[in-house]
Amino acid sequence: MSIQLALDGVNRSFDGFKAINNLSLTVEKGELRAVIGPNGAGKTTMMDIITGKTRPDTGDVLWNQHIDLTRLDEAGTARLGIGRKFQKPTVFETQSVEDNIALALKDDRSVWATLFHRRSDADTARITELLDLVKLTDARDAMAGDLSHGQKQWLEIGMLLAQDPELLLVDEPAAGMTDAETMRTAELLRGIAGKHTVVVVEHDMDFVRALNCRVTVLHQGHVLAEGSLDHVSANPQVIEVYLGR
Amino acid sequence: MTALIDRRMGIFLAGLFVLTVAIPLGNLAFTDRFVPSYVVSLFGKYLCYALLAVALDLVWGYCGILSLGHGAFFALGGYAMGMHLMREIGDRGVYGNPLLPDFMVFLNYDALPWYWLGFDMFWFACIMVLLAPGALAFVFGWFAFRSRVTGVYLSIITQAMTYALMLAFFRNEMGFGGNNGLTDFKDVLGFNLQSDATRAGLFVLSAIALAAGLLIAKAITNSKLGKVLIAVRDAESRTRFIGYRVEHYKLFVFVVSAMMAGVAGALYTPQVGIINPGEFSPANSIGIVIWVALGGRGTLVGAAMGAIIVGAAQTLLTGWFPEIWIFVLGALFIFVTIFMPQGVLGVIENTLRRRPAARDLTTAREAKA
Amino acid sequence: MTRLRRWLAVTLLLLFPISAAAQTPVDGDFAALVGALPDASFAEVEALVGRIAATNDDRAIDVLEALAEGDLHTLDSNAAVVIVRDVGGDDHAFDALTGESYGEIPRRGSSAIRVNNSLRRAVAAAVGTLTLRHPDPARRLEAAQAAFDAPDPAQADALAAALDAEQDAAVRQALSEAVARAVLQDDAATVPDRRAAIDVIAARRDGVALGVLTPLVQSPDTEIAEAAGAAVERIERARQMWNMAQNVWFGLSLGSVLLLAAIGLAITFGVMGVINMAHGELVMLGAYTTFFVQNIIRTSFPGLFDWSLLIAAPLAFLVAGAVGVAIERGCVRFLYGRPLETLLATWGVSLILQQTVRSIFGPNNREVGNPSWMSGAFEIGQMTITYNRLWILVFALAVFAVLLIVMRRTPIGLQMRAVTQNRAMAANMGIRTGWVDAMTFGLGAGIAGLAGVALSQIDNVSPNLGQSYIVDSFMVVVFGGAGNLWGTLAGAFSIGIANKFLEPYAGAVLAKIVVLVAIILFIQKRPRGLFAVKGRAVDA
Repeated sequence: MSIQLALDGVNRSFDGFKAINNLSLTVEKGELRAVIGPNGAGKTTMMDIITGKTRPDTGDVLWNQHIDLTRLDEAGTARLGIGRKFQKPTVFETQSVEDNIALALKDDRSVWATLFHRRSDADTARITELLDLVKLTDARDAMAGDLSHGQKQWLEIGMLLAQDPELLLVDEPAAGMTDAETMRTAELLRGIAGKHTVVVVEHDMDFVRALNCRVTVLHQGHVLAEGSLDHVSANPQVIEVYLGR
Repeated sequence: MTALIDRRMGIFLAGLFVLTVAIPLGNLAFTDRFVPSYVVSLFGKYLCYALLAVALDLVWGYCGILSLGHGAFFALGGYAMGMHLMREIGDRGVYGNPLLPDFMVFLNYDALPWYWLGFDMFWFACIMVLLAPGALAFVFGWFAFRSRVTGVYLSIITQAMTYALMLAFFRNEMGFGGNNGLTDFKDVLGFNLQSDATRAGLFVLSAIALAAGLLIAKAITNSKLGKVLIAVRDAESRTRFIGYRVEHYKLFVFVVSAMMAGVAGALYTPQVGIINPGEFSPANSIGIVIWVALGGRGTLVGAAMGAIIVGAAQTLLTGWFPEIWIFVLGALFIFVTIFMPQGVLGVIENTLRRRPAARDLTTAREAKA
Repeated sequence: MTRLRRWLAVTLLLLFPISAAAQTPVDGDFAALVGALPDASFAEVEALVGRIAATNDDRAIDVLEALAEGDLHTLDSNAAVVIVRDVGGDDHAFDALTGESYGEIPRRGSSAIRVNNSLRRAVAAAVGTLTLRHPDPARRLEAAQAAFDAPDPAQADALAAALDAEQDAAVRQALSEAVARAVLQDDAATVPDRRAAIDVIAARRDGVALGVLTPLVQSPDTEIAEAAGAAVERIERARQMWNMAQNVWFGLSLGSVLLLAAIGLAITFGVMGVINMAHGELVMLGAYTTFFVQNIIRTSFPGLFDWSLLIAAPLAFLVAGAVGVAIERGCVRFLYGRPLETLLATWGVSLILQQTVRSIFGPNNREVGNPSWMSGAFEIGQMTITYNRLWILVFALAVFAVLLIVMRRTPIGLQMRAVTQNRAMAANMGIRTGWVDAMTFGLGAGIAGLAGVALSQIDNVSPNLGQSYIVDSFMVVVFGGAGNLWGTLAGAFSIGIANKFLEPYAGAVLAKIVVLVAIILFIQKRPRGLFAVKGRAVDA
């Protein structure tokens, strides 16, 4: 398998605080990867760096082994095929659920194209399909702002899928969900892995276990351990810094 | 997809049409002044303000860019038209110089500054009416949006922009008439600006420009691009992560809005008969914001209504109790922002809707937006 | 220096031996010399003037000045030489030698000793020389400076002699410069003398020295031209330094005004995140409070005028602070978290405040006086510093320091910072957040009032006072970085100094425009200002 994403020796500090410290990490195409770590381990900063929101001080971030992601901004990485879901669900609250998905649909993102855009039947069909997948068919015309917290999470996942990205960066998708929903999310993510590459940041150990995938443990901005959940759980260092607390 | 002319827009355009037809026709039918011509000019002025308000609503209401410098674009459009009107005076000025406007003769210019060249042609002036504000908006926006200056910071630097321009236009050395600005216009395209027919014509033209501005703005906001703008307003960072280059969208709508404001200024100048650096003052630009806020932000039609209401109220109140107008305006700012965040249009539509119980889903949704 | 002086003295004596050898009367006989005046020809009078002066008699100055004025007469009755003075509108005659009064004299009872222009000049020179020996050093300094301003080679030896006798350092300095200038004026002076004179003049390093030396650069004598050229260059450099120092001072002064106007804003905008467009009007209220206080003092307690600002300052703080608290409670508190709406509502407040003041005090400028300790100026080297600007700088820094201490070291400051950082947590800990909000806003407003007291001293007090500062003060806060008082300080002074350094090249208005554009561009580069709060929390 080829490598989708590679971070090599990445450093980033804020006012002297090293948020990311010599971080190296590779994710293969189609892989499902969970990233865990205590608060302040650098998970969010890592995602910011991958998506071009934050520039690393030093180090390389390579996409498909040849594109330097550190030169791109958020829109650039998104157009390349990196989709991101935030910890706190952010949807376009004053627009309908349908419009939210429509805005995220993979399409030409230039100003002129959107100005003269006409929605095709294929688009509408795809929207219907996605709404069905995230169980929001009934809420199609509702305002996104009127949705419950869990529904917003699902809408955001729907928007993420609408982008049809190669790589999905998912930040704590299970927050605010019921146990059943959490399990369904895990199932969904497992289902799309393979076709897409998925990196999940999560606190909820049950959720990580349900993902049943390779786990990377971050601590103080670098990789502490990597392997199956059982493997890293047995690592004494991991127990000390993370599970031990 | 909402129609280009929904109920709200339909009612407003119909009202505008009636006004536009009634006033000039009435004046033709009744020779003894159905509507005095100064009132015609006054209404024409309000319509220009309304177009300016629509322009601001497009960026503020839909894209969340609170520009405190839109008066600058309006004034630039006004100056571009004013320069043409100055050239049209020709040798009928006080000094009778066929080439130089009076103020240049007075300030001992020997030749027309290069940036005045071409303004003797009406079509060139018309292009500059769009180009001058458009170019300023493009350059300013390109810098500001690219470096992600947002919110109050953006508002403050737009205010600084118009303030700097005001100081600049006050300088005699700039060649725009300094303190006095451009005035004493005689005619436009050969029509005497003092004549009732020309005034009526300008009034109709302003109404047409307002209707066109409303429809263009509506078309933009109805398109997918309009949805992207709202997305930028509500969750800018999310929009970026979906892959939209937010700065391009902001730049587009900012430039369109600036040009619209320029057109409003160009129609304003001949009807008022003067354009001076006071139009650049930060207070003027903030005044535009209250029109939009009063009428209803993000509704286009509401913005136009707000401008007309405030303009008319100002004329009436300053006529009746000059002292009181500023108090009323100040109170309006406070009252509207605290108690009427949806503006007059929101209040009207809410009241109407409450009676027949939610009959129009589209309007309800838009009112919320 | 001593050698130079000897040189000068000797050469001058050789070149200008005291002219017109005495016949009758005898040198040193003051009475006889004066007595000879009426019958002498113009040429003889001129010689007599020199000799009268040379007596160093105490009466000489009076007599000579009267001569130049045409007030030295001979009485027809007894041929006595008298000085005619105006006493209560009538001419009274006083004996030139004894000072004895002859009482009022009839209009035709005396004849004036005639003078012409050449004589007047001779008298002026002689009086100058005499004054050089006056017992009062201030008079001697005046005379030396007068001699410098009207250089006359003929006086050079007298000046040199006075210089030798002089003890007072300041007078010596002035004298040596006067001698040097007289030498330079003398085409017959030797090259070494003139070079030495150039050095003496050049040491002044001011515009006057430049005026004296610049023509010499064109001198046919290359050595002189070179020396003068070098001296001119040195002076130009020194003047540039002083110019720069003066610009820095003007910049600091403008900066202190900006700091005063912006510092309250740094609290409301920087700390609370509230855009208070009525800030300028709070400044204006402070200025009107000063006006009001001065008015009462003028009418009721004129003796207290010098204290008016000290009385007005706390009142202005209270008035503006109270209005600020009212604005916060009545309007701003409904709009927290909606900065753009706050901006609009407070703009409305500003309109109302302006119009209220206009209705009460009228639209015109109001006269606010400077107390005596704030008027006048003093000089350091070649720059002038006015007391009001100096005090305003001191006041601005004092306000800044006090504010810093309040924010950092007092319980209320701690509570303010706590509420800003985490409102919910602060509320849980028992802090009355509403009260803290009101106090913070009131503090910012009160400081605006203090600024008004200071600004009333240098600006027109009118209802529009505040408007002229609002854009500038926002620029300062934004440039310095919101939420950082030190940033506001740095922002105010750097904008002030930049403005004043641009002004000589661009003019005041253009300089302001350039600074505004520069700040707009700067914000692009660093959207959060000079001293931005950095870190991950910023745009979370």
